[in-house]
Amino acid sequence: MGFEKFGRKSFTAITKTAKFVDLLTEGKIEGTVCKDCGAKFFPPRADCAKCFSKNMEWFEMPQKGQLETFTTAYYAPLGFEADPPYTMGVVNFGSGLKLFARLTKEIKPEEVKVGMDVSIRPLKYDDGQLSFEVIKA
Amino acid sequence: MKEVAIIGVGQTSFVRGYEGSIRELAFDAFREAMQDAGITQKDVDASIFCSAPEYDKQRSPAGVLAEYLGLIPQPTLYVETVCSSSSTGIKVAYGMIKSGLHDVVVVLGFQKMSEISSAESQERMGRGSDIQWEAPFGTMMPAYYALYAQAYMSKHGLTHDDLMNVRIKSSTYGVVNDRAVYRKPVKPGDFKQGDPEAKMAGPVAWPLRVGDCCANADGSSCIILANAEKAKALSKKPVWVLGIGAASEAVNMAARPDFTRGLSVGYAAAAQAYKMAGITAKDVKVAEVHDCFTIAEIMSYEGLGFAPMGEGKQLIREKTTYKEGKIPVNVDGGLLSKGHPIGATGGSQIRTIVLQLRGEAGPMQVAGEPDIGLVHNIGGVGLYGNVTIFGR
Repeated sequence: MGFEKFGRKSFTAITKTAKFVDLLTEGKIEGTVCKDCGAKFFPPRADCAKCFSKNMEWFEMPQKGQLETFTTAYYAPLGFEADPPYTMGVVNFGSGLKLFARLTKEIKPEEVKVGMDVSIRPLKYDDGQLSFEVIKA
Repeated sequence: MKEVAIIGVGQTSFVRGYEGSIRELAFDAFREAMQDAGITQKDVDASIFCSAPEYDKQRSPAGVLAEYLGLIPQPTLYVETVCSSSSTGIKVAYGMIKSGLHDVVVVLGFQKMSEISSAESQERMGRGSDIQWEAPFGTMMPAYYALYAQAYMSKHGLTHDDLMNVRIKSSTYGVVNDRAVYRKPVKPGDFKQGDPEAKMAGPVAWPLRVGDCCANADGSSCIILANAEKAKALSKKPVWVLGIGAASEAVNMAARPDFTRGLSVGYAAAAQAYKMAGITAKDVKVAEVHDCFTIAEIMSYEGLGFAPMGEGKQLIREKTTYKEGKIPVNVDGGLLSKGHPIGATGGSQIRTIVLQLRGEAGPMQVAGEPDIGLVHNIGGVGLYGNVTIFGR
């Protein structure tokens, strides 16, 4: 249990990576790294498909990245109707690490550009759901 | 390589709100394909049913539909790769026939999307992506393709007018395709920003607008395949499966290598299919590509080798992919005009190519008696890619 608290609305309750949510409450956004082969994963994985190890530990995601692409949604699927418009994007931190998330509402749509420097931070919604968002660098 | 042929094709009209159940929907395409092939159920050795699950209350539809079509006690099974389910069904049927297990196999794709509301449908489609790490942000199909569109437009100078012109091309043929759900002409004024009368201009997931997106629909398609011996005995105009390619890609956008390059599965599946068929892109005379969104058609041109990377826009600007152009693409209106009843779409694309190669495509017929046609059918946001090449 625990993962139902992730995101605006979670579709998964039980996962071996549920500690991700606990780390968010501590203000940390973390991926997993394989202790045997060193492969890094975001989103986090409990199992290493490169060397079949289950010996994983958590590592903190980098803070500085570039916005690789983005979109602003004007319609939303069931359960998200109150949210549009909202902008989502992919942040590239280099060395193979990327992340998908919403951008903070503090960034105006006309300010968003491909390639802009961005950072990330944990986010707590009013209803107690926990997530993370993309912010200005 | 003339070992497996298509001997019959059928398709319902794609509509909003089919007045019947899924078994009745399946029957309509099956009946047309069987009459086209001129065979009876006794000639069929096995059936494959293809759809995206979760739209129907019916669990395990294959057995239920096989019974309704009169295809029991022959073996039947269900195949799913969301939007490319029926192309995958063709691949499975090809393997079953080439292995010698069966001589004649029916592949039936179906989808009744109107069982649920549009918002519910968006939620289900969004759950065809990564439900653990992405759907919690409120993702949906247009938003995913918009991520590709944004990166691609920024790098390659593709404009909103180029995307609009993909939709205008599509509507040129949707108007004359009596099986299409959207049959009205589309003009530039329909995309005019700020004009409340411009019904295609509103943003869905920017940079994609209403007119950049295909519509949900109900429909079914049916393709009947046979080995060489049966095909020659049963069919006057068999159309041969010359090449098959299929690939998969990471579901999470965080694991996608390059958004400016289009869908990796398109490139990978095309390379396999061309190699198996022993041809190159230049040999293709008519193609059906997966234009679930206008941007997807532009990206497909490059994945298939019809244009160099970043130059797909030239094919639309120069009208190269119109019926009279060098490589006609989606001259049946594509998904944008026909509508996209998920499980039925691949079979509909294949039917169009079969009719083109037989010279029976009516007002959509490409001149010059095309001898090689190609179908490009994507599942999800490039989660699955299928390219199938056909020849006379």
